[in-house]
Amino acid sequence: MTEALERALVPPVSDADPFAHDVLLDPEPLHQALREAGPVVYLSRYDVRALARYEQVHAALVNWQHFESGSGVGLANFRYEETWRPPSLLLEADPPLHDAPRRVLREILAPPALHRLRASWYALAEALVDQVLDGGREFDGFSALAEAFPLRAFPDAVGLGPGGRENLLPYGNMAFNSFGPRNDLVAADADRVAGLSAWVNAQCAREALGEDGFGARIWAAADRGELTYEQAPLVVRSLLTAGVDTTVHGLAACLYALATHPVEWQRLRDRPESVRVAFDEAVRWQSPVQTFFRTATADITMAGTVVPEGTKILMFLGAANRDPDRFDLTRDPSGHVGFGMGIHQCVGQHVARLEAEALLTALARRVDHLELAGPPQRHPNNTLRSWTSLPLRVRPA
Amino acid sequence: MVAKSVERPVPRSAANAATLTVAGKEDVAEGVVSLTLAHPDRARLPDWTPGSHIDLILPDGTTRQYSLCGDRWDAHTYRIAVLREPAGRGGSAYVHDELRPGDRVGVGGPRNHFPLVPSHTYLFIAGGIGITPLLPMVHQAELLGANWQLLYGGRTRSSMAFREELTGGHGDRVHLVPQDERGLLDLTAWLGEPRPDTKVYCCGPAPLLTAVEAACAHWPPYALRTERFTAAPRTAPVRNTPFEVELRRTGRTVTVTPEVSVLEAARRAGADVLSSCEQGTCGTCLTPVLAGRPDHRDSILTDHERAADDCMFPCVSRSRDDRLVLDL
Repeated sequence: MTEALERALVPPVSDADPFAHDVLLDPEPLHQALREAGPVVYLSRYDVRALARYEQVHAALVNWQHFESGSGVGLANFRYEETWRPPSLLLEADPPLHDAPRRVLREILAPPALHRLRASWYALAEALVDQVLDGGREFDGFSALAEAFPLRAFPDAVGLGPGGRENLLPYGNMAFNSFGPRNDLVAADADRVAGLSAWVNAQCAREALGEDGFGARIWAAADRGELTYEQAPLVVRSLLTAGVDTTVHGLAACLYALATHPVEWQRLRDRPESVRVAFDEAVRWQSPVQTFFRTATADITMAGTVVPEGTKILMFLGAANRDPDRFDLTRDPSGHVGFGMGIHQCVGQHVARLEAEALLTALARRVDHLELAGPPQRHPNNTLRSWTSLPLRVRPA
Repeated sequence: MVAKSVERPVPRSAANAATLTVAGKEDVAEGVVSLTLAHPDRARLPDWTPGSHIDLILPDGTTRQYSLCGDRWDAHTYRIAVLREPAGRGGSAYVHDELRPGDRVGVGGPRNHFPLVPSHTYLFIAGGIGITPLLPMVHQAELLGANWQLLYGGRTRSSMAFREELTGGHGDRVHLVPQDERGLLDLTAWLGEPRPDTKVYCCGPAPLLTAVEAACAHWPPYALRTERFTAAPRTAPVRNTPFEVELRRTGRTVTVTPEVSVLEAARRAGADVLSSCEQGTCGTCLTPVLAGRPDHRDSILTDHERAADDCMFPCVSRSRDDRLVLDL
């Protein structure tokens, strides 16, 4: 096909608003409509092209040469718009600037490096599950487990001080809202931006961090010249921004999936080694990070249509992952894009998996039957598939 | 169209992910050929950063490491340059004399033990074929807007690979020093005065590295970064023949033929192995090795971790022994 012919293909147009509350709370109908409409769909409301099929989302994620992150991974185009904070050195950067921060963080969060956390996180999870079950057979799985466990495990692993940790989730919620349009969700946090940012930035300083955590290791990399001293606090900030809310909502999705699929819970109890598959299957099925944007670095042909240079594409990770639609531990979720793919793939994925493995193993050991005790509550966020409550009822083993 | 049309990742079983095709071969200097490598299906190759090398596995099982010296904005090819080493162990002679476009070669990695760290100023020092890892670094320094100089020594002008590419684009930043015209590199002049804003990167023959290390002895710690090619001692040659993998927890043993990955073979036998990139870069499929020595082809493990032989990434890594036992 000639270039001219390719240019003649015009993508289908949709005036849907993926960031409207009702869509954020229940995105599947829009996901399905976008997948069915075509491989590339023009969203007239935001002047962006949307990708909702696995093939195109995967292709855009790995192709950093043609779909850059440095112009922002939200709707705002950093080429023209001011950012609300200094851009991330990882998420919002491209090679070559992306290389050094990515390498440092990848080594600190690699599976061999996490080995030393394993035993203590397993013990922490057992203690938490014991404590929750001692309190009764009905509890809010969101606050008691999905929120509580990462908030106990992760900030200690980073080396955060004890004070102010209640700011972590609101900061993450605000940061992930900022990738969407400047809607009411962003406006709701307007008066908290300065305070939350100041607290997070203060925690990134070397003096604020413990001696043996991920944070101290980032600063040690700066001592070795692998990062500059200006970069080190921003790399710590990436950990604090992307490392808490994502895991919390991923765990909540996993608990929800298991509570609503009793056969799968039984499978997990019969084969405890499938906890890793269970968590990734939940990340595929409910995709805590629903969307990210990229910006075309040239006129890029995709599925016969042209994405013009400098324009944004919106990748629906959650939509790309919804094939099949059911939560199923007998299938292999490998290759899902819930953690992204390519050079920007979640650098903390092994940390999240270890947290999930510890918590689910402890829960499977103590709980024979798991079910919903009431309707779960979602919470709209421009990027995250978020929860506020997950009432659970359990029967101890 | 319905949701079912959403495509799943293409299984890589058709072609071993770690087998590439020689897409081009070119003389780039006296005694130096460059090879262009591509995936047989023209798929994207694993991403890399300047300073990375790959393991090139020749048909007889010989493994040699070569720096990537191409352009990573081209996701579909790798370029390496190979010096004919008369005193070498046969690998370079095979590449020069036998290897033809269209031939298949095994590839491990890329891995990077020589990464470019941030700096205001860089001094790159290359001796002969040691230019290869520095070539992409020079381009990178240029992209970053850093201040940089390249000091490039070689036996004779005609033996120095990529000299046009370098002098064409960057004129006065590149200092070519052919030994027969201008003698040895004047390291005292270039390194006599330590400069705290400068990182020195050096790759070349052992005597050059030793001399640069000595000349930088009074520089701040971590100012000098070198890459030394040493043939990693291997206790068994890489194999191109089938091997057995015992999946201890699954209770089955499978034969892994050259066309399939260990991951694929294990899955077919019913083992649960979570994976993601299937290129040896993301780390998801890390698997404990209970017995046997893996043929590591990932981009993740350090040399030290590789030598322990206690874990592997079955999406790309294989076996050096007749039998591997995995905790799957």
